[in-house]
Amino acid sequence: MIEFKNVSKRFGTTVALDQVNFKFEQGKITGLFGPNGAGKSTSIKMIAGLNRADSGEVTVDGKAPRISRANIAYLPEIDHLYPWMTIKQAARFTSTFYADWDEAKYNELLNFLNLHPKMKIGKISKGQRAKTKLLLTVSRRAPYLLMDEPLSGIDILTREDIIDAIIKDYREGEQTIIISTHEIAEVERLVDEVVFLDNGRVKLSGSAEELRAERGQSLVETMKEAFRYVNQ
Amino acid sequence: MAYDSSRPIFRQIIDDFQKQLVRGELKQGDKIPSQREYAEKARINPNTVQRAYREMETMHMVETLRGKGTYITVSEQMLADIKFNLAQKILDYFIREMESLGYDYARMIKLLHSEQDQRRVENQDD
Repeated sequence: MIEFKNVSKRFGTTVALDQVNFKFEQGKITGLFGPNGAGKSTSIKMIAGLNRADSGEVTVDGKAPRISRANIAYLPEIDHLYPWMTIKQAARFTSTFYADWDEAKYNELLNFLNLHPKMKIGKISKGQRAKTKLLLTVSRRAPYLLMDEPLSGIDILTREDIIDAIIKDYREGEQTIIISTHEIAEVERLVDEVVFLDNGRVKLSGSAEELRAERGQSLVETMKEAFRYVNQ
Repeated sequence: MAYDSSRPIFRQIIDDFQKQLVRGELKQGDKIPSQREYAEKARINPNTVQRAYREMETMHMVETLRGKGTYITVSEQMLADIKFNLAQKILDYFIREMESLGYDYARMIKLLHSEQDQRRVENQDD
């Protein structure tokens, strides 16, 4: 389980997270939603051990994120792959860092995503790069999978490919996935739990199915309503 | 099947199987897709599909045999109940909507009768 206890973070005068408390349950897919600047990336980077809380505490299985790093696969929002590498070289490069690299899974997903090992990262399309990032992240058998905006700026068909690959790869009850996105409609049927962030605070959180049952609304509508309400 | 994002998805999965049963598209002893197949085909979180299947097992609508698959185990009595419940839901919806248009029961019944007559005449013309 991943837990945030009273976590605050500032960048200069900007408050990125303001006394945030939440839990990401084991074996669930959680959607981290909110507009740009809500604190989604900051939260994900903290879990990945890439930045620290100014106050409060983030724990992964009760331990500091840095210690749990081997259990966490992280898909960053930025283009982090070397453009001069081929997909195969990038895979070799990534696999040397992680003991949980699964070559069979890599080959299967490579096929499923219509990618080729000889494709050069600097020369492929944005959609193919997004798929490559996903491929390299989920080819690890990590119990925690963090994805920061895996769908942003990608065409609808590629988004569907990515969502299909996530579902195909997902191990029910075992794997804990956190996906940050503002494309909520795309992941309506993918998430178990949702956390809505706004201005560094949790506006709403809960089970996706329960929110639907209680409100008779989609997650998109629930989010719109939550934000309309706070902005009044 | 198209899912409505404003209602619990696991409920819609169960409803879909129930409708198939009532329409006779699925019957006692038929094998249904594995949870994994269902999740991949419908693009739904495997945990949600698991919840729907578990619920159907608890209702004794289906039975999962280890290593073999999930099979329909619905009895005649249960099928009748399912049909009645589905009809009840449609009826609730009908009544609610008609009442919101200002129809009372007497006028609804009158409307149903005239609709029936109308359709009878149309069928005779065929």
